[in-house]
Amino acid sequence: MTNKTLVQISKDLAAGEYSSREITQDIIADIKARDSIYNSFISVSEDLALTQADAADARFAAGTHAMLTGVPFAHKDLFCTKGHATTAASKMLQDFVPPYESTVGQRLLSAGAVCVGKTNMDEFAMGSSNESSFFGAVKNPWDLNAVPGGSSGGSAAAVAAGLVPAATGTDTGGSIRQPASFCNLTGIKPTYGRVSRFGIIAYASSLDQAGPMCQTAHDAAIMLNAMAGFDVQDSTSVQQDTPDFTADLNLPLHGLKVGLPKEFFGPGLNPQVAECIMAAVKEIEGLGAQIIDISLPNLELSIPAYYVIAPSEASSNLSRFDGVRYGYRCDQPTDLMDLYCRTRSEGFGTEVKRRIMVGTYALSEGYYDAYYVKAQRIRRLIKDDFARALSQVDVIMGPVAPTPAFDLGSNTKDPVAMYLEDIYTLSANMAGIPAMSTPAGFVNGRPVGLHIMGNYFAEAKLLNIAHQYQQITDWHLQTPTSNGMPVSNTEKGA
Amino acid sequence: MSWEIVIGLEIHVQLATKSKLFSGAKVGFGAEPNTQTTLVDLGMPGALPVFNEEALRMAVTFGTAINAEVCKHSVFARKNYFYPDSPKGYQTSQMDHPIVGLGHLDIQLEDGSTKRIGVTRAHLEEDAGKSLHEDYDGMTGIDLNRSSTPLLEIVSEPDMRSAKEAVAYMRKMHAIVTTIGISDGNMAEGSMRCDANVSIRPTGQEKLGTRAELKNINSFKFIERAINVEVQRQIDILEDGGKIAQETRLYDSDKNETRPMRSKEEANDYRYFPCPDLLPIEIDDAYIEAIRQSLPELPDQRSARFVSQLGLSEYDAGVLSASRGLADYFEEVVTVCNDAKLSANWVTGELAKYMNQKNIEIDTAPVSAAQLGQLISRIMDDTINGKAAKTVLDELWNQTGEVDAIIDAKSLKQVSDIGAIAAMVDDVIAASPKQVQQYVDAEVEKRGKMLGFFMGQVMKASKGSANPGQVNGLLKDKLDALC
Repeated sequence: MTNKTLVQISKDLAAGEYSSREITQDIIADIKARDSIYNSFISVSEDLALTQADAADARFAAGTHAMLTGVPFAHKDLFCTKGHATTAASKMLQDFVPPYESTVGQRLLSAGAVCVGKTNMDEFAMGSSNESSFFGAVKNPWDLNAVPGGSSGGSAAAVAAGLVPAATGTDTGGSIRQPASFCNLTGIKPTYGRVSRFGIIAYASSLDQAGPMCQTAHDAAIMLNAMAGFDVQDSTSVQQDTPDFTADLNLPLHGLKVGLPKEFFGPGLNPQVAECIMAAVKEIEGLGAQIIDISLPNLELSIPAYYVIAPSEASSNLSRFDGVRYGYRCDQPTDLMDLYCRTRSEGFGTEVKRRIMVGTYALSEGYYDAYYVKAQRIRRLIKDDFARALSQVDVIMGPVAPTPAFDLGSNTKDPVAMYLEDIYTLSANMAGIPAMSTPAGFVNGRPVGLHIMGNYFAEAKLLNIAHQYQQITDWHLQTPTSNGMPVSNTEKGA
Repeated sequence: MSWEIVIGLEIHVQLATKSKLFSGAKVGFGAEPNTQTTLVDLGMPGALPVFNEEALRMAVTFGTAINAEVCKHSVFARKNYFYPDSPKGYQTSQMDHPIVGLGHLDIQLEDGSTKRIGVTRAHLEEDAGKSLHEDYDGMTGIDLNRSSTPLLEIVSEPDMRSAKEAVAYMRKMHAIVTTIGISDGNMAEGSMRCDANVSIRPTGQEKLGTRAELKNINSFKFIERAINVEVQRQIDILEDGGKIAQETRLYDSDKNETRPMRSKEEANDYRYFPCPDLLPIEIDDAYIEAIRQSLPELPDQRSARFVSQLGLSEYDAGVLSASRGLADYFEEVVTVCNDAKLSANWVTGELAKYMNQKNIEIDTAPVSAAQLGQLISRIMDDTINGKAAKTVLDELWNQTGEVDAIIDAKSLKQVSDIGAIAAMVDDVIAASPKQVQQYVDAEVEKRGKMLGFFMGQVMKASKGSANPGQVNGLLKDKLDALC
């Protein structure tokens, strides 16, 4: 049953090939048997999953099922799940069981999807390699020496390893797209405000956005259909009609204007990754698209600006983890200050503490204008860059990351080198535009993703392009073998 | 050396919304701890604030009521600090872009003149929860019912020059917020409280002295006392050659002194920044104008109407319009008895005396406006006299019954039977030959004063129930006939 697409499983369930309970049991057994290799799950919610599967089977019996009914998926452990531990991969929330469900989770449950467990991630979504998790690093199913990317590394590894057909992720600076790129998946970060943030533990509120990670663009469109939509509980969610994201998948790409920003192909880019991207662009040109050179002059500034804004918001967002009401509390505090200091020193990991300190510093009296205010000004420049570019072209393409997945442990000593990994992804979050990654080849057996960015609310257009590209390529159909080398899996879905 | 006192107030007004500023939890006083909370008020992971637009309407109502600039673009900001009753680790407030900008308020001084006090700004913010230090065996309990309750913080310019001016300003604010209905103004429950920034400087000096901030004062009486005791403390320090420390102080009403709060609590860098969970508030002229058009009669307008329409003195009109409750009460009394001046006298006189003695506000007074109006009607129709009326008011205050029942039960009905009064007058004259002789012997212009003795005797004989006007007239006639 592994490596079946969401669409295939949905068809099988509707055809009565197997029940939701059966596939859910199989998947959970598979996770138990194989995930010790990848460490992609923090927890499995067997009882809840089987209850949901039985409800789904009842819907099949009653004929009230929909596309996602009975389909198993996994949640990044940043989405609050009612009655099941939600940790943010932190010691701080190791035993936290929310009495509420995130809006995205509720929407997926209402559609009949079955949540089998919670995936590993960088602690509080802070990281680009999934190495900052309290529950240990995640291994890339394509190469067990490589990172899966981050912060949604567990979701990426779980789908890439064929443990689940789909998983949720969140993307604050590339946390869906970069692991999708590193693990040969289709992952989309929607327009800021398209998907409700309610019930998702906040990292940087003005940048956080949830989206799906799947094998195909079609699967991602189906997931996004369920996840997206206005939510009164999130003031930043956008009150706009949600289209059917599968509706435009088959539109031809003839006349499509594709912009290639020269800043995405500068010195830092691995030449082999560049080759993969240019080959992909060529294929898309072959589908009738017009390729246009453009410029996003302020792209480079997105790294310093992001690493001021995101930590600033994080320093405030993570203040609620103080040992007073829930979560980790230090042993035997002597007084209030001791409670705060030790709870937070012991409960948070190094990268989280680093970002809290950076953010606290940037917001401090006397530094606020020089850091936070200036970073916001840069953010405005980046937005303007995209507005200018997207008035000339329909979409922008480039690499998702400068390199394929790097080795575990290779960047952990040097946080700045790790931050530079995000150079191509941060700007979409800064501008709030939708962006996605779709499989586009391999470099030394490690996957490379093509980055597609579009205008606000153009998710259907992005998915359309990825789907059309996936019709003429088979990168997305490749699956990792046990020795970590890619092979074509032509039997998939058979 | 003579000193000039400089005072600025920051008034916190709890807005009378049904639900909280950023959640659907009910706002209310006195519920079981943590029962009026949602995920948002508890600061749970992933919970997000949703702005209560009723609070916006109230803030804009206030802005238009004091003729302030209402800002079409305002922004919520996070004020970051750790405290157990601050569940998110920050308070959502407004910093650089408040909803209400510059405005002013006119207060009446004791000499009858008017003084204009500048209002710097008013902004929306959420209240914190409460730390409960009793009943937990040395531990601290946290009650988050008050968490996220909407507050309007109104910041004045340092324009006040005495504790009395500060009280007048606070009273005027109280009258306005209760009149426009944005707060119940209940100070005992904390619905309205203030911080006073107090400094002194040598008279004539332009530069402001170092200020102390007196936190969380919750009654008019305490504002006056706290400021006066703080001013004296500062004078003592400066006259001894010392320096004032800029600090936050608490007023202890039991000891009538101010003392510094622990320095830890004030050494905060709040790291304000715009709240990324909330959109900026954008409103247009039409929204503001619609609210301006719907403003009720404001205290100054009401006071002017009391003078022009009801013929009250400026002073009485000012006193009666100082709170919406009092003004409404007074107008209801007038409606019942139809005599504005008599109503004003009773409300600002006898009734106020009781309220001051018992230290209660008009809305909790045990005598209803209808009862007081009825009582005044009974004076006007000569059923009882003024003295008996005071007895009735005392009974009403103690809630022993209604006006007419009390009059009957206490036999307070005024005797207006001219024959009966004449008989009593005759008896008194017959029983007081000495005093009658003195009256006859006295010079004409001194006789009026001497009448008092006979009046007293007759009233006593009637057990206070004789109509004093009739008694007076008869006595004068009969005694003068003897001269």
